Amino acid sequence: MSELETFRAEARAWLEENCPAEMRTPAKGDEDVCWGGRNFVFQSEAQKLWLERCVAKGYTVPDWPKAYGGAGLSPQETKVLRQEMAKLGCRSPLNSFGIWMLGPALLKFGTEEQKVHYMGQIARGEIRWCQGYSEPGSGSDLVSMQTFGEDKGDHWVVNGQKIWTSYADKADWIFCLVRTDKTNKYQGISFLLFDMETPGVSTKPIKLISGNSPFCETFFDNVVVPKHQIVGEVNRGWDVAKYLLGHEREMISGMGGDGGVTSIGAAMKATLSQEPVLRAQMALFDVDNLTFRAHGERFMDEWKTGKAHPAYSNLMKYVGTELNKKRNELVMSIGGSQALEWESERSNGGSKARNWLRTKANSIEGGTSEVMLNVVSKRILEMPGA
Amino acid sequence: MAMTLTDDQNMLRDTARDFMASEAPVTHFRKFRDMGCKDGFSHGLWKQFAEMGFTGILIPEADGGMGMGQIEAGIVLEEIGRNLSPSPFLTTSVAAVEALKLADKAMRDRWFPGILAGETVIGIAIEEGVKHRPEKIACVAERSGNGFKLTGQKQFVVQGVSSDMLIVAARTAGVAGETDGLTLFAVDKDAAGLSMEAARLVDSAVAAHVKLDGVQVDADAVIGEVDGGWAVLSKMLDAGRVGAAAEMVGVGTGAMYMTFEYLKTRKQFDRVIGEFQALQHRAAHLYGEMEGARSIVLKAQSLMDEGHAKAELYVAAAKAKAGLACNLSVREGVQMHGGIGMTDEYDIGLYMKRDRSLNEFFGDAYYHADRVATMNGY
Ligand SMILES: Cc1cc2nc3c(=O)[nH]c(=O)nc-3n(C[C@H](O)[C@H](O)[C@H](O)COP(=O)(O)OP(=O)(O)OC[C@H]3O[C@@H](n4cnc5c(N)ncnc54)[C@H](O)[C@@H]3O)c2cc1C
Ligand SMILES: Cc1cc2nc3c(=O)[nH]c(=O)nc-3n(C[C@H](O)[C@H](O)[C@H](O)COP(=O)(O)OP(=O)(O)OC[C@H]3O[C@@H](n4cnc5c(N)ncnc54)[C@H](O)[C@@H]3O)c2cc1C
Repeated sequence: MSELETFRAEARAWLEENCPAEMRTPAKGDEDVCWGGRNFVFQSEAQKLWLERCVAKGYTVPDWPKAYGGAGLSPQETKVLRQEMAKLGCRSPLNSFGIWMLGPALLKFGTEEQKVHYMGQIARGEIRWCQGYSEPGSGSDLVSMQTFGEDKGDHWVVNGQKIWTSYADKADWIFCLVRTDKTNKYQGISFLLFDMETPGVSTKPIKLISGNSPFCETFFDNVVVPKHQIVGEVNRGWDVAKYLLGHEREMISGMGGDGGVTSIGAAMKATLSQEPVLRAQMALFDVDNLTFRAHGERFMDEWKTGKAHPAYSNLMKYVGTELNKKRNELVMSIGGSQALEWESERSNGGSKARNWLRTKANSIEGGTSEVMLNVVSKRILEMPGA
Repeated sequence: MAMTLTDDQNMLRDTARDFMASEAPVTHFRKFRDMGCKDGFSHGLWKQFAEMGFTGILIPEADGGMGMGQIEAGIVLEEIGRNLSPSPFLTTSVAAVEALKLADKAMRDRWFPGILAGETVIGIAIEEGVKHRPEKIACVAERSGNGFKLTGQKQFVVQGVSSDMLIVAARTAGVAGETDGLTLFAVDKDAAGLSMEAARLVDSAVAAHVKLDGVQVDADAVIGEVDGGWAVLSKMLDAGRVGAAAEMVGVGTGAMYMTFEYLKTRKQFDRVIGEFQALQHRAAHLYGEMEGARSIVLKAQSLMDEGHAKAELYVAAAKAKAGLACNLSVREGVQMHGGIGMTDEYDIGLYMKRDRSLNEFFGDAYYHADRVATMNGY
């Protein structure tokens, strides 16, 4: 048996023994997901146990180094572990912006002390993070952001406003882009970390078209941030921000799939057999869905071995999010009038309609589809022009 | 399996890329087209394919071949596609070889040496209507003497008139629409009662309309089992489909980069047209579609090579996706070239023609999307 197959057998045995039965069923909604953090309330004993066991084994962040709370697995081993988790239907023990976004940026730009401290907290699910990038006047054109940090010697005093800050009202800490030099557009931004309980930080939830309020306006009124809470160098935060965006896009593109290659068509057979044009649309969607799965697999294999173009995650984000929107349009069409119900128990509280509306944000958050196409065209295809 | 090519596969790709670019580039295709070549390909080039070891890529090592898989065959096909290199590779070295691998030793010994030497060409005689409907085969093989007597007609037999042998699917039992009761036969080109009419296609390949008028074959002409031909046929078709998909990745990629180059050089409104966002977004979208097609084709090839249960589903999806993506590439290509894209002098139109033929070969994107739906349970 090859080393990788030995690892597969070990991982499988560990999962069989340690993943509670309740954690091998699909999460029903966002409230079922473990986000960790200071104020997180576990939904069940099983959820808590699953997190604790994974933390002890380093499996909340399997590919991070052991010193920072991971299991130190190679890309191949990580892939095998995920395959085995998928086979058993294991839920993700911990979801977090810390794992998907901040961690990789710290690994590249953080000091040793920061890595041990912040990455360790993330791996253990102790601190929940939110992302302070967008501002009312700065969305796609993020680098125009204005939130300002005034240099006061050993600290900055931050004033300004962020918007669309996902889960800002639930997060413990924020990673935030703050302008520290008004005279230099790109090299005048610093990447700061601070506690959301710092005096002067306030949030105001925004209600989405789906009826939910997962994100906020975030205000900073003379917020004091110590100098050591910077990632990377002063005024070089844009490099960190961009690197992190690459990981964010990679993460969002993954949401384009349904976690597997199973078609939603089979469950809808009764309707589809009566609607030949809709069935044909579904069939073409399934072709694209299988394609995206294979594309994602190939991208991950190339990304992890350093063969992928550094801007490739922008392409995956575009393809994956457009696909997810298409899936939800089909779900609505196939669901017919029942999918329109917004509150009834029959409709599971309008879950289809709400999911459909939520997915419209996929091609906006983390960089819009149009911006992704701009990046692909310029950086990968090397098209001319500004 | 990792979805990246191994070092050996990368080496094969470099070899195939250099070979096609120097020995069979688009100018080679034009030369044979313009002289109205009755075969639609060069026998000399087919011999060179053999010298390179390409023709026996799927033939088992025990039979003197390279014993490689669909990934390797696909690597060669992609370069064929990129250069529009005309050859019997897809029909003979991919589809026919996959069928003959399931034949007995005498049959393999009869045909493999010629394929390995680049001397033999084999035509695939499956289609009976204008669209791909393999289960609808009605051509009849009646028991007669020590063998069978074949009666019926076939069409879209690519390189049929240039073939030494045709693999003919006929019904030994059952009725059209059933998958049981089919049998595959190796029919010699000189068999009495066999006649062919050559038809030049839009991509300047030559396909045959075949008449079988009581063609007598011996029992040992059967490939695989009598009445159990569906198993052999499916393998042959899937190899041909994934192969055509790989060739379309080559055609689509070739057309795409030709178009990108044009966008970077053509000036209008005092700017290179590649600066216009309307074109940039379409170029980037096209790139994503081609990359997706490349990925699912690789996935389908590797599942076939593993003998995976899901291979059939992925082959169908791969043929569909490669067809849709390649078709988008040639359409965008002609459009973005403007007026000169419509001229015979520019190559982009040749890619458009090749795409059409390959899309139709062994089932188009709609046929395969329908199969994906059926296999997915709706
Ligand atoms: C659900 C959700 C969660 C989010 N979470 C966070 C978060 O946690 N933290 C955070 O900081 N931000 C978050 N965002 C904000 C998100 O990053 C921005 O919405 C996004 O960057 C787009 O900015 P904008 O909304 O200002 O749109 P705009 O930039 O104003 O864009 C409007 C339209 O113009 C198009 N456009 C803009 N520029 C170009 C161009 N150059 N070429 C072609 N078209 C262009 C866009 O594609 C879009 O269609 C979230 C957004 C959503 C919807
Ligand atoms: C069959 C045929 C018959 C014709 N007959 C005649 C005739 O009788 N008389 C005559 O005078 N002409 C004729 N034409 C020429 C025709 O009008 C031109 O081909 C057409 O105007 C496009 O110009 P072009 O070919 O130079 O393409 P280009 O202008 O070079 O365009 C190339 C590509 O760039 C795109 N593009 C260009 N500018 C922009 C922009 N600002 N934004 C976005 N995209 C852009 C185009 O849409 C196209 O896809 C004919 C053309 C054809 C094909």
